[in-house]
Amino acid sequence: MTDPLHELADKQAALGEVRGAPAPDPVNAPMIRHWLAAMGDANPVYLEQGVAPPAMAQVWTMDAPRDRSPVDDVLAALDDAGYTGVVATDCGQTYHRYARLGERLTPATRFTDLAGPKRTALGVGFFATWNVTWYDEDHRPVAEMLFRVLKFRPPEVGKPYPLQPAVNQDTAFFWEGAKQGELRIQRCADCGALRHPPGPMCPACRSTARTHAVATGRGTLHSFVVHHHPPVPGRELPFVVGVVELPEGVRIVGNVVDCPIEKVEVGMPLRVTFRPMDDRLVLPLWTPEEA
Amino acid sequence: MTPETLPETLPELAIDLTPTLIVSTALATRDFTPVHHDPAIARAQGSKDIFLNILTTMGLVERFVTDWAGPRAVIERVDVRLGVPAYAGDRLTFGGTVTSRAGGRVTVRVHGRVSLGDHATGTVTLKEDGRC
Repeated sequence: MTDPLHELADKQAALGEVRGAPAPDPVNAPMIRHWLAAMGDANPVYLEQGVAPPAMAQVWTMDAPRDRSPVDDVLAALDDAGYTGVVATDCGQTYHRYARLGERLTPATRFTDLAGPKRTALGVGFFATWNVTWYDEDHRPVAEMLFRVLKFRPPEVGKPYPLQPAVNQDTAFFWEGAKQGELRIQRCADCGALRHPPGPMCPACRSTARTHAVATGRGTLHSFVVHHHPPVPGRELPFVVGVVELPEGVRIVGNVVDCPIEKVEVGMPLRVTFRPMDDRLVLPLWTPEEA
Repeated sequence: MTPETLPETLPELAIDLTPTLIVSTALATRDFTPVHHDPAIARAQGSKDIFLNILTTMGLVERFVTDWAGPRAVIERVDVRLGVPAYAGDRLTFGGTVTSRAGGRVTVRVHGRVSLGDHATGTVTLKEDGRC
């Protein structure tokens, strides 16, 4: 890779570990007590033995003066290249031992990897990974953290998704539900039968009185097609269109996402996920239950 | 605690994500980023509401596992894949399963779910009876 972003990432990685400022305060009981109370953590071991909860490693240096770390230049370059969105994807911590009351930790940061560009659900982006190690006063590591963020190019603000559903008085409740994270199924207000897609009249009792139920969001794949051609505006090819059988007893059409196409199979358990497509539209899509 | 008496599945932990919890944990982790305490700023940035910060997610995963494993357990490693945001007003429910146990070292697979899906999934490794 010879593009400027990877060049910069390689340069920052070559800097190795860069020490930051030490924690402004030593590990102390008041901050531990405050943390335990906020977390609702009743484990007595910390205050009894004079050690800090290991997940507090980063807390000790949150208030330290921020020197420029090797990560900052990479993130700034990604911002400049239009990858302004950011979302953390992974956090892994290893604890060599629990920090003890009275000791002062010093962080050191190492930029490790830049991967991309990759297509993600949020947009095209790069995964940036770095490591932080907290050292004690004898320069021995107490805790280490791997942290990874996705820096992505946000979908153009205000630009509508080209495939808009026909929203009318029969279907508005469904799309309103999707915006609120609910999978709503039309229900006859007289006989209680569920029906999908929504319509003006109950096929069971011919009542026009209607309401809706909120589905659990689980389902199984009843049938599907893989769409390879022709191109569809706003969509990356190929994509999967599934018919999902809900335990509530109706079937619903939706895309199966976050699953390699060769792994999609009839009968697989699915879970609904709600994806904003633009400022106004949220689509219910389906992901593997174990994704 | 002997291996025979350790259940294979951890008791569920459900946490109501009140604004108080989200704000107090953000401050206890020294994270003053406005999206963790100011609903107007959080919404202006496209979020539904204020949401849990990552240091708290890590802390709650640790609490979930030590609530079960007891005060003699020593946490060695926590690996978390971060998913959907945990917004104020939602409920975060942790579940876990023991995936391996050897030489006093236990690995637990953990997931924390909210109404939008998985907020955090990962593994925690601990010594059942260790020196911290």
